[in-house]
This record gives sequence, C-alpha cells and structure tokens, in this order.
Amino acid sequence: MNDTPTIAPVALERGTSDVLTKAEIRLAHREVRRHKMVAFALVVPLLLFLFFSFVAPIATMLHRGFYSPVVAQLIPNTLQSLATWDGQGQPDDAVLTNMAIDLKRLAADRTSGKLAAEINRNKPGASSVVKSSARKLRRTDDADLAQNGATLLLAANKAWADPLMWRAVQKSGDTYTDGFYLTALDLERTFEGELQIREATQIYIKLYTKTLRMALIITLMCLILGYPLAYYLANAPSKTANLLMIFVLLPFWTSLLVRTTAWIALLQTNGVVNSFLTGVGITSEPLDMLYTEFSTIIAMTHILLPFMILPLYSVMKGIDPTLMRAAMSMGARPIPAFIKIYLPNTMPGLSAGALLVFIISVGYYITPALVGGTDGQMISNIIAFHMQQSNNWGLAAALGSMLLILILTLYWVYDHLVGTDNIKLG
Amino acid sequence: MSTDGALDFLRFANIQKSYDQKTMVVKDFSLDVAKGEFLTLLGPSGSGKTTVLMMMAGFESVTHGEILLDGHPITRTAPYKRNIGMVFQNYALFPHMSIAENLAYPLKVRKLAKADIAQKVEKFLQLIELEDFAGRMPAQLSGGQRQRVALARALIFSPSLVLMDEPLGALDKKLREQMQLEIMRLHKKLGFTVIYVTHDQTEALTMSDRIAVFNDGVVQQCAAPEVLYEQPANAFVADFIGENNFVPGKIVGLDEGMVRIEIAGGEEIIAMHSDCDVIGTKCRVSIRPEKMFILPSEHTFANKITVKFLARLYVGDYIRYFFELPDKTEVVVKVLNDHEAPKFGEGDEAHLISRRKDCFAFAVT
Ligand SMILES: Nc1ncnc2c1ncn2[C@@H]1O[C@H](COP(=O)(O)OP(=O)(O)OP(=O)(O)O)[C@@H](O)[C@H]1O
Ligand SMILES: [Mg+2]
Repeated sequence: MNDTPTIAPVALERGTSDVLTKAEIRLAHREVRRHKMVAFALVVPLLLFLFFSFVAPIATMLHRGFYSPVVAQLIPNTLQSLATWDGQGQPDDAVLTNMAIDLKRLAADRTSGKLAAEINRNKPGASSVVKSSARKLRRTDDADLAQNGATLLLAANKAWADPLMWRAVQKSGDTYTDGFYLTALDLERTFEGELQIREATQIYIKLYTKTLRMALIITLMCLILGYPLAYYLANAPSKTANLLMIFVLLPFWTSLLVRTTAWIALLQTNGVVNSFLTGVGITSEPLDMLYTEFSTIIAMTHILLPFMILPLYSVMKGIDPTLMRAAMSMGARPIPAFIKIYLPNTMPGLSAGALLVFIISVGYYITPALVGGTDGQMISNIIAFHMQQSNNWGLAAALGSMLLILILTLYWVYDHLVGTDNIKLG
Repeated sequence: MSTDGALDFLRFANIQKSYDQKTMVVKDFSLDVAKGEFLTLLGPSGSGKTTVLMMMAGFESVTHGEILLDGHPITRTAPYKRNIGMVFQNYALFPHMSIAENLAYPLKVRKLAKADIAQKVEKFLQLIELEDFAGRMPAQLSGGQRQRVALARALIFSPSLVLMDEPLGALDKKLREQMQLEIMRLHKKLGFTVIYVTHDQTEALTMSDRIAVFNDGVVQQCAAPEVLYEQPANAFVADFIGENNFVPGKIVGLDEGMVRIEIAGGEEIIAMHSDCDVIGTKCRVSIRPEKMFILPSEHTFANKITVKFLARLYVGDYIRYFFELPDKTEVVVKVLNDHEAPKFGEGDEAHLISRRKDCFAFAVT
C-alpha cells in the first residue's frame, strides 16, 4: 500500500465536502471530452463510408428527381426569348428564329436527339417534329437563318405554329421541375398550373399498389411457412436443429442468380412442375407459371424465407418452454394458450422478420426481372428501365425517392402500431 | 401431519416411464398421498423426480400404470383438464403480462366474472405481500418476489393439488429459507395438497409431512422426516439423508430381534436390521456421527468400539472427530462444543459408544 500517502493529501484537502472544486470540474469535463473524441475518432471511418455510399447517393437521387438541366443547356437562347411569351398563340418570330439557330447547331453537334427525347416527355409526338426540323435546318445557310429563321422553322415543320408545342418546350426548359414526381404519381400540371390526372398512360400508382400487394403476399407466405419451421427448429434437439438450420441457410450460400434460374427450370412450360402435373394427369395442358406474378411471388418467398426464419428462431429460442406448460397447468387449452402466451412473446421476432421481408421485397429487382415477365414486374424494374433504357434519370430518381418515402412512411406507421423497441433481429 | 381427508387422495399405482422404449427412467413408482399432505420427492439428480411430476401434470405420457386423483384415473386426461397447480423452478411467469395479469390469467381462462377476478387477485397479492407491485412486469421483480408470484398464480384457482419442481432452486440460501416459511404458511392456511420436488435434503426435512426418497426410479423409503432420519430403511437412505458412518462387519448372532455383528478388531456391536439377518453374511452398520460418544462418558450404552484418533476439526458450534478402525474404516463423531470436548494426540486409542437402536445393519450389495 505505498500509494496511500499520495492519495491522502487530496482527500484531506477536500475534507468531507461532496462539492467538487473548480479544478476538479474542469478535470472531469476534460475527461468527458477526451472520451467523446476517442469515440468519435473510432466511428469516423464508418461515418465517412456511410456518407459516400449512402447519404450522398440518396441526396443525389432526391435532387435528380427535381433537376433537369439538359434542355436549358441545349437551347439557352430560345428559352431566354421564350420567357416573355404569354402562352397564347404562336410566339414572336425572334423566338422561332432562336429555335431555328439552336436546332441547326444541335443538328451539327448530333445532340438534337437528346432535345427531342426531353421535349417528347412533355408532348408525345414532339420527338419526330424536333428531329425532322433539325435535319432540315442543318442544310440552311447561317445568314439566311438569322434573317428568316422563323419562316424556315415553320417550313421545316408546321407543328411549330402550335402553342402546345411551345408550352412543351418551355416546360422542358425548366431546370427545376416537379414534373418527374408528378409523373411518378400519375399526375400532370395543366398550363394554368392545376394538377390533374395524367391524360396519357397511368401506370405508376397501379404499379406501386401491385408492388405493395405482392410484397404483402410474400411476407404472409414467408410467415406461414417460416413460423412453424422456426418453432420446430427452436424446440428440436440441437443436433436436428443445426442440420435443419443448414438447409435454411443454404439459400444464403448459393448465388441468387442460380436460385432464381432454378425456379425457371422448375416452372417453365415443359419444366419439372408441369411435367409432373401433366404426367400425373392433374392437368392436360401445361400451365403458364413462368413469367407471371405467381412465379415472382413463389421465387421471392423462397429467397426471402431465411430473413423471416432467423429473427423468429432467435426470439423463439429465448422463450422459456415452460411458459406453455404453465399456461396449460392453469387450465388453458393449447390453442388459446398459444395465442395469449406464446405468440405475444414471439412478436419481436415476428415483426422484425415481417418488416425485413416486406421492405426487401418492395424494392426487389433481380427476381421479378428474371422470372416476372411483364405480369410480375415490380416498381424497381420500372426504375431500372428508366435508368437503362429510356434514359429518363429524372423519372427514375423520382420513382426511387417515392419508394424511399413509401417505405419510411410504412416504417413510421409500423413504429406507431407495434413500436420499434419490439424488433429483435438476432 | 395436517392430513384431513382420504389417505389415498392421490394414488400412483405401479407407474413406469421410459423415454426411449429401452431404459426405464421410473421403474415402479407406487405411492399414496393423503389430502392436505405436504409430500416431498427427494432424490439425487437424474433419479426421475421431474419425470414423475410431469406425468402427474400430464406433460409426459405414462408408459405403464395409473394415476388416480380423488379416485378418478387421470393418466390420460389432458393437462388443462386436471386442475393441478404447478410452480416451476424458473418461475415461468408470463413476461409480457403484469403481475396482476399473471395472477388473473388462470381465472380468465376459467371465464370468471371481472369483479371476481379483481377481488381474487387483490386477495392473493395481499397474501404474498406484493400489493404494491400489481402493475409491475415480472422482469422488474427480484427472484424471491417472482417466486412468490408464481406461487400465488398456481394457487389462485384453488387447485386441490399443487406440484412444485425445485421452486427455490434458483434462490440464495437466505431467501430460500424465507420462501420455505412462506410456502409452509400458505400450505397451512389454504390446506392444499403439495407434491414438492427438491434435492436439498434440509429443505425436505424442514418442510414435509412425508418424504419419498427416490433413487433409480424406485421409492426407497417414504416416511415422515424423523422416521427417515432415525430409522432409514436401507443403506441408500441412511447415506443420502444426513451424514452417516458405515462400519463393515459380519453377522455372528441374533439377539432380541436385533443382530449381533463382529467388526474389525473383533469387537461386537448389536444393531437394528431390516434387510439382513442371516448369520455369517457380511453387512454394514450405519451409525450417525452425533449418535456416538467418546469415552469417558456415563457408560450405559451397549455398543462400544475401540478406535484410533486421527484428527479433530473445529466447526464452531460442534467439533468433528475423525477416528479409524483397525481395518482403516474412517469413523466420524460429532461432539457439541462445550468445555468437556475431549483432547487426543494423534494415534491415541479412544473408545466410542452408542445406543443399540441407533445402529442399523444393512446388507452389503
Ligand atoms: N425428455 C426426455 N427425454 C429423454 N430422457 C429424459 C427426458 N427427460 C428426462 N430424461 C432422463 O430421465 C432421467 C430422469 O430425469 P428427471 O428430469 O426426471 O430427473 P430429476 O430427478 O428431476 O433430476 P434433477 O434433480 O437433476 O432435476 C434422466 O436420466 C434424464 O436424462
Ligand atoms: Mg428435475
């Protein structure tokens, strides 16, 4: 005990008072700050990673949904002169002339197609007008164009006399637009600025509804299949349980692509299932099972089942098996005892599993893409389509953001109904 | 015994149980329990106590035999129809229900009126002195409090029979003693029949009207605690309950219903017997350490053996002396720690005496 003397003076100085001196308070604060700094330094790499891999992309996506700079960059002069147009009748000749000059330049740069695609989104059919005009104007003389641009433009295509065409140009010219989000909601804005249901195709709301419905069915299927299995696993002798657990986890260890293609082999017209059904004589004709909503739901249920089973299993493993016995010894029949005693105690695992499966399936892409056909497409497939094929990144971003908002809303509702404290993931 | 009714309120008739269709965990269990009795199943770990209890509650099937409750066979009755209360070692309180809800559950299942339920719950909360904890969740209670709730929950629907499987096993010593008193108090007050399982013999001795000592799936002896301790029926019971010396010897004669045994060193002692009375056979004589006295002491006891002093162990309220017989058999004697506790040097010769009725000869198996 040779460190006692060094401690004793401090203790004497402070006497019996419980109040800290100023110096002690400073010391304590410094200590707390130091701990905070160390803690912060430890999580900095993760924070940076999260920022670049998660926060930044999502922010970009949200931004993209509003931001459409292409047209503004392609025909700045036209748009500038069009700004004073009242929206009625044919715009001034100056506007038409600017457009003609811009079109010629775009034709020379081979970027007129880009403009055509952008304007076409606001006015179906405008694409060919823009493209053909650009093609014709390309051969005109610069001086002539500056003089008689308006006439030449109208000569190239009469559609330029139509105010609707110009409204489409003007609308496409907005650098910031709510158009993508409105389209994603099957809405559009009239020239007067009122919202109305889109006159052209309405597909997105229907698709969201279908996606949610499919996700719900998949979640229910996983629950129906997973709950009894998890129960069995949790109560089986550990040797059996471990073996079965390997089968549950097997999907995690095989490639997603392989698993999905296996379903193609099973479900196609002359696949295993159809051969069996026709062979046994249940059906005379092979059933169309592949490339339908049905096949998507089946394959996704299979793929997502472990996400349901694992949290359920871990929660059930922690439930005291004597609870049910206790309930029955008190006179409860097995089924009421299960509902009143066992089920509530599995709620954390059940909600975690259901939430996981539901959220994953709402945003699922690969399986519907491979086995869904046209019938089984989900919202992610349309988002991918707009990114890869129609090159409409703005709409893709808007649809993606809507999906994100939808999931956050569902999570919020869920939190209010069940409470996220009740979630146990493992 | 606080029995007040039929002596065969609960009857086990030749119960056998096998989990794997090969080995019998319970071999031949027959027992009658009187109404209102506090009966304890005592036995080493793995002797089948829990198995018997589970068969009684209906959670394990009976391989062979019949259980009768109040004259009716219940062997194949579903657990929830048996009306038997049960207290588990790990409490088995429903973690998602408050204490009051836990207590109300058996009554709700029986579809009692709300007012009756509230009143009963109130009464039982008072009984276990946890009135202020009605709204708490089980996780917010201490181990002892939880066990009191579990106890009340098993009693609240007035079952005539309550099973308890090591209900105090998870509690520390002090709390356990408190809860033992609590259970005895409730038993006296409410008059239910108890089948209590423990492997703590002190607990069994202090609480029970009768104890069934269980080993190898067979009841070795079922008797009141004093009888079990003072007159063990066989060597297992003599060894399992309390402490005992076993002195090997050979039967050399019969004497007034007792047996005369020659032990190592040639001395003879006379002992009670139950399972051995053939002259010439080997046997073991059990004598409890506190039933032997070291000479000099007023010498009216019949049995005297000469031993060599080995060691002395100071325990506090008593002193343990270790001696050895010529054949190296160790003999322990407990002496109260008063001023007359004798002193020996190592290797000293000493004489031990004991009453005949405290010596029991058992066959060597
Ligand atoms: N469900 C079961 N399946 C197979 N064997 C079992 C099962 N339950 C118990 N046993 C076996 O039966 C024997 C008796 O077990 P039991 O639980 O009744 O003992 P116990 O007397 O309660 O022991 P303890 O004092 O340790 O609780 C043991 O050998 C045990 O391994
Ligand atoms: Mg046991």
